[in-house]
Amino acid sequence: MPSNKRTSWGKASLGLKATAVGALVFLNFPVLVIFLYAFTTESAAFTFPPPGLTTEWFVKIFDRPDFWRALGLSFQVALIATTIAIVLGSLIALASYRRSFFGREVLSLVVVLPIALPGIVTGIALRSSISLLGVDFSIWTLVIGHATFCIVTVYNNVIARLRRLANSQIEASMDLGATSLQTFRYVILPNIATALLAGGFLAFALSFDEVIVTTFTAGQQQTLPIWIFSQLLRRVTAP
Amino acid sequence: MIAASSAPSVAVRFSGVSRHFGAVKALDNISLDIYDGEFFSMLGPSGSGKTTCLRLIAGFEQPTAGSILLNGRDVVGVPPYDRDVNTVFQDYALFPHMTIGANVGYGLMIKKVPKPQREARVAEMLELVRLPGVANRKPAQLSGGQRQRVALARALINQPRLLLLDEPLGALDLKLRQEMQIELKAIQQQVGITFVYVTHDQEEALTMSDRIAVFSQGKIEQIGTPATIYETPATPFVAGFVGTSNVISGELAQRLTGQKGMFAVRPEKIKLCPPETVAPEESCQALGVIRDVVYLGMHTRYLIDLDRNGDLVVIEQNLDATSMSVLDAKGRRVKVVWAREHNHALIDTGGGA
Amino acid sequence: MTALQPSPSAPPRSFLHRVGSYFYAHPNLTLALMLLLPVVWLVVVYLGSISAMMVQSFFYIDDFSGRIVREFSLDTYQELFTPSNIDIVLRTVGMAAAVTVVSALIAFPLAYYMARYASYRVRGLLFLGVMLPLWSSYIVRVYAWKLILADEGIVTWFFNVLGAGGILDAILAIPAIGGRSLSFSFLGMFIVFVYIWLPFMILPINAALERVPKSLIEASGDLGAKPRATFMNVILPLAFPGVIAGSIFTFSLTLGDYIIPQVIGNSSYFIGGVVYVHYGTSGNIPLAAAFTVVPIVIMIGYLLIARRLGAFNAL
Repeated sequence: MPSNKRTSWGKASLGLKATAVGALVFLNFPVLVIFLYAFTTESAAFTFPPPGLTTEWFVKIFDRPDFWRALGLSFQVALIATTIAIVLGSLIALASYRRSFFGREVLSLVVVLPIALPGIVTGIALRSSISLLGVDFSIWTLVIGHATFCIVTVYNNVIARLRRLANSQIEASMDLGATSLQTFRYVILPNIATALLAGGFLAFALSFDEVIVTTFTAGQQQTLPIWIFSQLLRRVTAP
Repeated sequence: MIAASSAPSVAVRFSGVSRHFGAVKALDNISLDIYDGEFFSMLGPSGSGKTTCLRLIAGFEQPTAGSILLNGRDVVGVPPYDRDVNTVFQDYALFPHMTIGANVGYGLMIKKVPKPQREARVAEMLELVRLPGVANRKPAQLSGGQRQRVALARALINQPRLLLLDEPLGALDLKLRQEMQIELKAIQQQVGITFVYVTHDQEEALTMSDRIAVFSQGKIEQIGTPATIYETPATPFVAGFVGTSNVISGELAQRLTGQKGMFAVRPEKIKLCPPETVAPEESCQALGVIRDVVYLGMHTRYLIDLDRNGDLVVIEQNLDATSMSVLDAKGRRVKVVWAREHNHALIDTGGGA
Repeated sequence: MTALQPSPSAPPRSFLHRVGSYFYAHPNLTLALMLLLPVVWLVVVYLGSISAMMVQSFFYIDDFSGRIVREFSLDTYQELFTPSNIDIVLRTVGMAAAVTVVSALIAFPLAYYMARYASYRVRGLLFLGVMLPLWSSYIVRVYAWKLILADEGIVTWFFNVLGAGGILDAILAIPAIGGRSLSFSFLGMFIVFVYIWLPFMILPINAALERVPKSLIEASGDLGAKPRATFMNVILPLAFPGVIAGSIFTFSLTLGDYIIPQVIGNSSYFIGGVVYVHYGTSGNIPLAAAFTVVPIVIMIGYLLIARRLGAFNAL
């Protein structure tokens, strides 16, 4: 763990600080803008400064059942996809971190591919398969798409953590009478728990917000981002 | 254990064991017996195969050839958790996410010993290693020496027939190390089980062991009691590795002893006398110049350049000399004398010190 | 303390115990079993779909019937390599490269500050500041920019307040970058792209910078290097894999995005938009597939280079 003392690194120059702050502001002010416009009175409110403030939009949104359906679907998909990603990502990480086997390098490349290739590629590819196999669009078509690109976030976190695990811990556990399954449960799992959580968290966020692959695998269903998109296309300001 | 027969029972028997990693021979045709209840050390430099030997006993590795018997039972292929053996690791390998109590009681938890009994045994073990009351702390909160003792407690709680220790004292400072050596020996005698101890520190091995096996390059050079190993080394390697020694061969050997072959003589057995001293006929003697003097507190080490090629290391206790006076000796002419009986013939294995 | 008794006989072997031992004794089988599910998923489902799609790029659309002819042909690729289509590809790649470079330039100082100078608490706040935008929806953020960049939006207002309205018009008049208004121009798209992908660049760079051991920096100083030299010779090279890792995201995400071009401009000029149109509306699946082959080839090449440069350890 890096030490908390920062003194030996010296003080940052003013220019560095300014740039850093500038970047942060750049990142966050649109979010503020969103908040601002969420409370604006008029509907075609592209003008700045905004004419007035109100919360009526929120009320309207919460009244609509399709909003809640979309929200629910997003949540479900994210949850299931994250769970699958955790299982698959951990399996690959556990298999790869110590033993070298035929195709290991290729595998690590393939794991990254879903997130490195543009979403549209994945989206179209899956859509093609869906129509080829004659499968109906369902929550499972969504889940398959999402889980695939979520695997890598879990894999990266877990394998980094596993590489820091001293081999002697596993040997010690087996030496004291635990089988490999028991060793996994009592020694390995507690050690990778935080990595799993971090990876899963990121996966959930990625899945929840994803729109491109989702568009292709959803059919008539709407997840929250798709819903928002459709709303925006009709020029209604949404929070 | 009813000692019906006088022959001690064999806790570990290696027969023709080899461990190859591809072309590298970590162990080459090793055979040894370790007896029940003894403190057995495996001594050697890095890469000599002693740790590999230990890992074979523990079950973390399998031999490429040969058989290993633990208490008469062939254990080749048996996983570590099915062997009646426990290990104290070099880096202690304490589980950082568990308390000390959970660490020590791990073996019992696996065996599903009920909690109250488990806790009682844990407390007992911590008493044994003189660390009462730390059960609720985490390993990160303890010092190195304390962690080492927790590792010991964790291994002993399972009452194994055999305890393996892989250079456990390496990370401790000198004083602490010496204390722990005495403690370990005491615990071993108290508890009565077989200890197999791996170290590269020959002094440690000499202090603690009932018997020592000296390893070099995958082979065993000699097995014997500390005294045997020290006083009568069998090969040049042993002579050089265990304590300092003078290995004399070839022409010098011929001249000094009148015999062919290689032999060793310990530095402390050699006396320094003024050059004109007349020494007894049967003793070995030679003339030379003191080339270097190293003052070591308790004793002083001299490097003598013999007149007729070769040099010897001589160690003398500083009985009544001070540092100044011994350093003065540099450059002086001396005669080295030692009794013939202190020469020990060596088997030339080619693996010189 | 009495001497310990020899251990009691081992408890009867449970089923799990035997299963565990079996796995222990057969490590290769265990490995294969562990990898079975993920590999099937990744290879069959994912790679399979992509290959199926790439295969389609070798089919072609029959001009008369408008239907897909499932015979091997390079016609579609010929169509791909027409000047206007190549133009699209080049424009997209150019945009992706520009976005990557500028993102890196903006991200680096912030990541640097976070890794080196911020105290523990401040670093947590900064992290929050970087991650917070990711928590609002991507779509919403893009639209926020549309509002910001609109003719009646914040940026125009800002320029007008400064009396610099003329400058803004001048920028918009520049042929390649400008457009009708900021919210409908390449410049606008560029700004939004940089904005949206910025966190993905900051995080890997920060991680890589944090991993530079303090002792190396101290050693460099000890050997006589001034801070700038230490930065150029020690810190930058070691943090570079992080930059590459971040660039994988920015490059690939820009390459395939069709939403931002659609919202902030004319999407028909970008690969993402073109693919979307060809696939959905005109049903020209082979051409769409052929177009997607371009980013696939580019990204795989990019990934291989990136792996050589050590980026995978920085992801």
